[in-house]
Amino acid sequence: MNLEAVLPHEHRDDFAGKLGMWLFLLTEILFFSGLFLCYSYLRAKYPADFHQAGSDMNVVLGVANTIVLLTSSLTLAAGIVAIQRRRRRLALGCVLATILLGLVFLVDKAVEWTAEIHHGLYPGASHLARQPPGVQVFFGLYYTMTGLHGLHVIAGISVLSVMAVWVARGRIEPDRPLALENSGLFWHLVDVVWIFLLPLFYLAA
Amino acid sequence: MSAAGHPSFLDDTGPRKGVLAWILSTDHKRIGLLYLYASLGFFFAGALIGLVMRLVQLDRFHHLVGAQTYNALFTVHGVVMIFLFVIPGLPAVFGNFMLPLLIGAQDVAFPRLNLASWYFYMAGAAIALASLFLGHGPPDTGWSFYAPFSLRTGTNVTLAVFGAFVLGFSSMLTGINFITTIHRLRAPGMTWFRMPLFPWSIYATSWIQVLATPILATTLMLVMLERIAGVGIFDPARGGDPLLYQHMFWIYSHPAVYIMILPAMGVITEILPTFARRTIFGYKAIAFSSIGIAAVGSLVWGHHMFTSGMSPFANLLFSLLTMIVAVPSAIKVFNWTATLYKGSIDFQPPLLYALTFIFLFSIGGLTGVMQGALAVNVHLHDTYFIVGHFHYVMFGGTGFGFFAALLYWFPKMFGRMYSKTAAWIAWVPMFIGFNMLYFTMLVLGLEGMPRRYYNHLPVFNTGHEVATVGSWILVLGLVIFFANLAYARFYGAEAGPAPWGGSTLEWTTPSPPPVENFPEPPVVTRGPYVYGLGARP
Repeated sequence: MNLEAVLPHEHRDDFAGKLGMWLFLLTEILFFSGLFLCYSYLRAKYPADFHQAGSDMNVVLGVANTIVLLTSSLTLAAGIVAIQRRRRRLALGCVLATILLGLVFLVDKAVEWTAEIHHGLYPGASHLARQPPGVQVFFGLYYTMTGLHGLHVIAGISVLSVMAVWVARGRIEPDRPLALENSGLFWHLVDVVWIFLLPLFYLAA
Repeated sequence: MSAAGHPSFLDDTGPRKGVLAWILSTDHKRIGLLYLYASLGFFFAGALIGLVMRLVQLDRFHHLVGAQTYNALFTVHGVVMIFLFVIPGLPAVFGNFMLPLLIGAQDVAFPRLNLASWYFYMAGAAIALASLFLGHGPPDTGWSFYAPFSLRTGTNVTLAVFGAFVLGFSSMLTGINFITTIHRLRAPGMTWFRMPLFPWSIYATSWIQVLATPILATTLMLVMLERIAGVGIFDPARGGDPLLYQHMFWIYSHPAVYIMILPAMGVITEILPTFARRTIFGYKAIAFSSIGIAAVGSLVWGHHMFTSGMSPFANLLFSLLTMIVAVPSAIKVFNWTATLYKGSIDFQPPLLYALTFIFLFSIGGLTGVMQGALAVNVHLHDTYFIVGHFHYVMFGGTGFGFFAALLYWFPKMFGRMYSKTAAWIAWVPMFIGFNMLYFTMLVLGLEGMPRRYYNHLPVFNTGHEVATVGSWILVLGLVIFFANLAYARFYGAEAGPAPWGGSTLEWTTPSPPPVENFPEPPVVTRGPYVYGLGARP
């Protein structure tokens, strides 16, 4: 028997798609929240060490990255508005700009990590092992949290690359750009998490 | 064609045939059965390990395995039973199969995501099982992976933890799917308070899956990072804190207990009205107590840590909350009992197993309240009493809930009826063996037998012998139970659409259900449990 003959035409529920995405974002927030819990507990335990470790952070690079990421959220939001107004080329440009800014963020992050590793500030380094315990866990948390965040940036860039292809091929419908909107929600979440990471690590001193 | 003489979801109606038509199917019923077969396989493996562990406690067989192997056995028994059977068992098997049918939907909200969840489940299971054979031997930490031992042991903890991490994705995505399904796909006319109570319990369960599982993911990720890179967050030598690990582990793993038990409670709530031939007593109380259990149950994790060195104030708070969570559980038990009162009871096997659930779960619940008392807990902590208690809840509760669900919905799932006599007979050794095994553990624990010990003092010999013999009797019952179902799967008599005369929507469709579930989309004009005048159209 032919399935098409049995089942009615495809049923699409954009509200469900949006609800599912928000629930997924909730799990993402909670995933990070476990790490924020570790941070707050350990910072309360070692306030002076966290202050000392925070002074080793490169505030300029951190703030520059924040500006990059916030701008990328702006370009993506502009892209969604553009597709709704049926300006596909503009929308494509916006999505590509977002991807580019995401890559800039990753390069900046790589520069920072390289410098810190060069200074012997990484788990397992003998230099870090001689530091007070609070400094050691500070850097443990730093690599874990910015690393996990970086993985989310990479995931976001991958999703947006698919979106760029879909926008270019006209698969995103201007009246119901659900896939692009959901990708945007994910990207904004990645952005929001970073807004918390910046003060916790770079402005800890 | 199935036994019922109509094309059903069991027949390959799509372009694919054979195995591919199953493992690439997005039909919630087929995915439900995929979960059923996989999780039963893991249940049998876990039960076998349990049997060996009991055997080792007999003097005659003590040297069957060494102490290190014993540590691995209880770890693997716990990991397999909890992560591969009890957590996914009811929500993934019966949630998938029955939730859309009970709310009059064609499928879940995201069928492809649903299939992906099954693959996450199988991948996680494969990784967890691979950890037994790769590296430096199976993990020996216990299923709770407590730091700092889990950071130091040379056994294959990293891979086992990664398996549990992947399984978490399956659980979360299933939760997201079910919540969206219940919000969006209820049949026309099915308001929230016309929804049967199994979907209510799945709804509460799904919220726990969505809210608690991410914390487990964080925790397990940190254990892996700790072992691979030494980030030090749980490691006292690097400034970290093992107590932090315990908190984070139980922030998930206590609510996970309610992931296990809530759907079983939902099943019981479906079964009782059907066989009492009357409406459920206290519909709203049962619905809200599910939500209440989910909410309060998320705040009681500290009662696993009364002897870990928390502040007395924290201990007090967690003790109080633990007592409070017993209230919504008791509300359910009272309502179930009241449902039976003045019903015209049709005593069939599903009802027998449902009543057994109530009995065993009550023992499990009451022993839980005992442990919630701080002074008593110090005495009982890490003894066989704990082991007995959570087997009464997990096995006597969730396990018997699962068996009751199987007996209740088997005719719907496969369109065939099993031998009711064999189901009655299987119950006898199961019930006797269960209580011999686990009630003895409660007694042994009170007398001071510590859990997870390879050896025991001669004074505990008799207790261990009774428990081990009980485990054999229990397994005998399980064999009869499942042989009966396996036989009926192929040779059982035709069951018909509503063998129990149930009044919920799944009984209005043929058995086994057709691919699209309902020939005509149902329209709901009444509550779920209506018997007597005007009950059936």
